[in-house]
Amino acid sequence: MTVNIDVDQSRCVAAGHCVSAAPEVFDQRDEDGVVVLLDENPAEHEHEGVREAALLCPSAAITVREAERRS
Amino acid sequence: MSEPKPLPIAARSEGCPFTPADELYEMQRSEELPRIMVPSPLLDEFEAATITRYEDAKNALSDTRLRMGFVFDPDAPRTMLNQPGNLLNYNGADHSRLRRMLTGAFTVKRVRSLRPLIERIVAERLDEVERAGPGADLVRLFSTPIPTLVICELLGVPYADRADFQHRAQIGLDVNTSRETQIRNLAEMDEYMATLIASHRESPGDNLLGSVVREHGGELTDDELVGIGNMLLIAGHETTASMLSASTTLLLRNPDQLAVLRDEPEAVDGAVEELLRYCSPATAMPRQAGEDMAVRDQKIGEGERVVISLLAANRDLPEAAERDLDELDVRNPPKHHVTFGYGAHQCLGQQLARMELRIALPALFNRFPELRLACPEEDIEYRTKALVFGVRNLPVTW
Repeated sequence: MTVNIDVDQSRCVAAGHCVSAAPEVFDQRDEDGVVVLLDENPAEHEHEGVREAALLCPSAAITVREAERRS
Repeated sequence: MSEPKPLPIAARSEGCPFTPADELYEMQRSEELPRIMVPSPLLDEFEAATITRYEDAKNALSDTRLRMGFVFDPDAPRTMLNQPGNLLNYNGADHSRLRRMLTGAFTVKRVRSLRPLIERIVAERLDEVERAGPGADLVRLFSTPIPTLVICELLGVPYADRADFQHRAQIGLDVNTSRETQIRNLAEMDEYMATLIASHRESPGDNLLGSVVREHGGELTDDELVGIGNMLLIAGHETTASMLSASTTLLLRNPDQLAVLRDEPEAVDGAVEELLRYCSPATAMPRQAGEDMAVRDQKIGEGERVVISLLAANRDLPEAAERDLDELDVRNPPKHHVTFGYGAHQCLGQQLARMELRIALPALFNRFPELRLACPEEDIEYRTKALVFGVRNLPVTW
């Protein structure tokens, strides 16, 4: 399984859920807390946190696409 | 004089103030969105479509067709709903512009950096409780001072002024007051905040209000700065104070759950989410449909008002299939809840509120492992008829 993440900074309301759920994948800009994507294709052990981040995001700023890994 | 009315979307069971009123569950079972009368000193009593299901609440709270700030009118007297600067009166790009001037102060990183400050404030309050007892009122000595001290420190508001601004906040959140009272109360709040803003205009302080003036003062009017300051001050102390008092009471009534917060540090973060879900102390502000629309398949006409019960929605999470959401279970936190709202207006200070709860609750129960109520359960007075739920007094002993 691979995941591909997109963030929409214009929708972000800086609630901070993504940073709490997956700190290796998401960060917040210091000046206004807007989401910064650190890793578009995070490793398997981050996937659960990434899904949680997308679920908790109140402004639907995080899109996660999942695909079976092509061998 | 008529009996005080509860806000219908926050109505609680006669027998147990932590349980939603039967009427809310009845509305939740209805396929239609019931139209109910909502008391409001600012809008007069008004009719609103009522949302009580979790999925509906999420959809409504994130639907940009449901507008806030629908009574903005520079010629009308100032009220909380007619106050520039208050984020709850803005939509879309206007809201986002203002919110982003403040969000930098509430990021996860910034809030983490406040941990030592909050730990010190909590420890000092616990010293105070210890000196007062055995036997003390936790509302007066613990749950109210902690968030008040934190927000005063953060904003740069003198703690010495607390009696006045706490009193004004209580009036502001009291649904059973007249419009005249609300107008007068807000005028006093604005006057107080205007003095603080004027001094920051002169020399911006090393705190949140100072930094907003320093970084954005050129693009904000004094009116907007006053609205921002009051919003941060009220939201920053009143809601967290209520949540602290309500959750402490709830835990004292459920000693096995209290023991988890006292004895299992790794369970604290999740336990706080379950307590937030279960207490749902705050209410969502009413919205108004900017155009004809629907929530689920239920039509809402342009100009219709909509109210959303966070309390009821939090008992209707997807987990309801697996567990009884009317039972408190701090070892089984919800995946998600709407206590802080949802959508673009979701609580700006939620990470700070979480941090205060995660520090204060375990610290209290560890300092006083034998903490118990000092009165019969039924003698605790709950505040069930205001915009924010809490307890008025919490006598404990140890």
